[in-house]
Amino acid sequence: MAKMTLDDLRKLRDAKRRELDMRDAENKTIQVIVGMGTSGIAAGAKDTLAAFLTELEQHGLSNVSLRQTGSLGLDHAEPTVEVRMSDMPTVIYGKVTPEIAEKIVRKHILGKTLVNDHIYDRPAADIMEGTKE
Amino acid sequence: MGFQHYILVCGGTGCESNKADEIFRHLIREVEEQKLDEKVQVVKTGCFGFCAQGPIVKILPEESFYVNVVPDDAQELVTEHIVKGRPVERLLYREADSKKHARVDDISFYQKQFRIVLRNCGFINPEEISEYIARDGYAALEKVLFEMAPEQVIDELKSSGLRGRGGAGYPTWMKWNFTRGAEGERKYVVCNADEGDPGAYMDRSILEGDPHSVLEAMAICGRTIGADKGYIYIRAEYPLAIGRLERAIAQAKEYGLLGEGILGSDFSFDVELRLGAGAFVCGEETALLASIEGERGMPRPRPPFPSVKGLWGMPTVINNVETFANIPVILVRGAEWFGRIGTEESKGTKVFALTGKIKNSGLVEVPMGTPLRDIVYNIGGGIPDGKQFKAVQTGGPSGGVITAEHLDTPIDYEHLQELGSIMGSGGMIVMDETDCMVDVTKFYLDFTVEESCGKCAPCRVGGRKLHNILTRISKGQGVPEDIDKMRRIGRAMTKASLCGLGQTAPNPILSTLRFFQAEYDAHINDSLCPAGKCKDLVHFEIITENCIGCGLCARRCPVLCISGERRQPHEIDQERCIKCGECFAVCKFNAVLRA
Repeated sequence: MAKMTLDDLRKLRDAKRRELDMRDAENKTIQVIVGMGTSGIAAGAKDTLAAFLTELEQHGLSNVSLRQTGSLGLDHAEPTVEVRMSDMPTVIYGKVTPEIAEKIVRKHILGKTLVNDHIYDRPAADIMEGTKE
Repeated sequence: MGFQHYILVCGGTGCESNKADEIFRHLIREVEEQKLDEKVQVVKTGCFGFCAQGPIVKILPEESFYVNVVPDDAQELVTEHIVKGRPVERLLYREADSKKHARVDDISFYQKQFRIVLRNCGFINPEEISEYIARDGYAALEKVLFEMAPEQVIDELKSSGLRGRGGAGYPTWMKWNFTRGAEGERKYVVCNADEGDPGAYMDRSILEGDPHSVLEAMAICGRTIGADKGYIYIRAEYPLAIGRLERAIAQAKEYGLLGEGILGSDFSFDVELRLGAGAFVCGEETALLASIEGERGMPRPRPPFPSVKGLWGMPTVINNVETFANIPVILVRGAEWFGRIGTEESKGTKVFALTGKIKNSGLVEVPMGTPLRDIVYNIGGGIPDGKQFKAVQTGGPSGGVITAEHLDTPIDYEHLQELGSIMGSGGMIVMDETDCMVDVTKFYLDFTVEESCGKCAPCRVGGRKLHNILTRISKGQGVPEDIDKMRRIGRAMTKASLCGLGQTAPNPILSTLRFFQAEYDAHINDSLCPAGKCKDLVHFEIITENCIGCGLCARRCPVLCISGERRQPHEIDQERCIKCGECFAVCKFNAVLRA
């Protein structure tokens, strides 16, 4: 990446925003987002991430992007995982051990049913929602 | 195709004990009877908070939040909400009157938190700059470079009312303005990421989850005050945050958002990390600067303040991580928007690290002025194991306690100070009936005595003296005069210590004396620790008549000092007992006596 000018920055912002929106709207891609802050990792998020990798591979799910993010702040429920996909509400799962990761792939992503006992409430609305032109 | 609706039933322990399970079964039956099982899934969830108003039922995708639901409501919820598509008004959560401080209208009404600082944490990949950019990242820097004059930036900060989030609450615009006006060959921007309060980790989470927001704000500060160099002083114990920051700095340089001629302008700004070795005193600004310069981390008298003579004698702005993370949002959304959140004197939000005896521990960001009760009971879900709430400790070793009678106090800088505590960096440790105030206070004094740099006598000697007295009291060897003596030493330290560490070190004592003097008196006069925590004042015995010889306590005892035949009364070997209280907690027959 060469150094950007103001124009480049604006173009990049629009392009990336569209890309993220597209993922949300049309949901060509299913997103599995694992919280990888210190508290998540301490609670075993690395094992959870590895379990998702194995599980997604086993089911040949190449349309799923596995991403990482910082801490949501739900420390009592770490490791936390957010699942975004079409036809399903966006859900935050907590206390996601490798076994629960396997369940999420099988039930939520393939079976389109929510997994019992592991759903948590998103702590706050996104203040960035609705600011996009 | 997934389902059309999802009915989520809270499965937290609080809701479970209020028949959440029965609600769950009723809902499933109702859904089956009305032949909706292809359209609706009923799910049990983890704890949603709001436990005092449980059981909670939430319906997706409408996000309807129902409280105080009873099993008989199941039919109405399914018939009305699902079939007829209209919410059951009487069960919907309504915000209590006490919470009607300035709120932003576009936030749905049951949201517990309002996240400005943590806006990106848990949303973006912190190792990918483009995701930050997509969420308005570096848009504030754009504005500052191409549309706003430095004076306008300061005016905007002034009218936003932003105050420092590191503890003291000094208006941010004033720091920037002083430094901008000060004479110096070079100026510096410093980010204080030396988060040292026990139980506080909000800065770590911000840097791990959204490092660019701090880098962007530092560049904005540099442009505004006329600095081309910034330092982030961060503790070496935060390896993940350091790694993410290093990556973020490298990416920002690669994209031309840090370095020479940012975005084609004539402004250059560079950020370097400086790792601290974990000395608490280095969170004090003058000690922090000394440490960056490679000197021993000790404070010096102020004035001159860092805004006049800071790093290497040059004018310097020092802000805390959380303060910086607010700035890009303020400049993009405008001061007016920010000013609508919070109270008259304290604008915006504050992030708290909620820990201790609380069900849902974690990071909480709420508008200033939110009552403590909301944080503890709604967001935190209350105290676990049915125990009684005793107090919340805020401000760490520099702060004090807030008791049950002050639970409705709006949390902001002024109110906390009135109660003898401080906002501090935002640690919030919840304590229940089993916590002894003398013991807790001793813990904080252990900490400040250990962390005192030793430069000034009031802190070095006074802290040690206070600690000695507390230790005596906790052993039942205190005398009534100790109370007054502690108050006197405390006042002297507050007045005469060189820096914030010593000035605030007596706060935990002064504050607990104010609200819990009876507990000190019990230790001193009756050699009694009411909470049963002070090891020298408590002993455990097995009441022979009550003991059925189940052996549970013997198996739980970590030092194996309980013995006895099966089905025969057991005995505790007092010599070896470490007074951990495990046997007392585990016995189901009230056969363990704590005295």
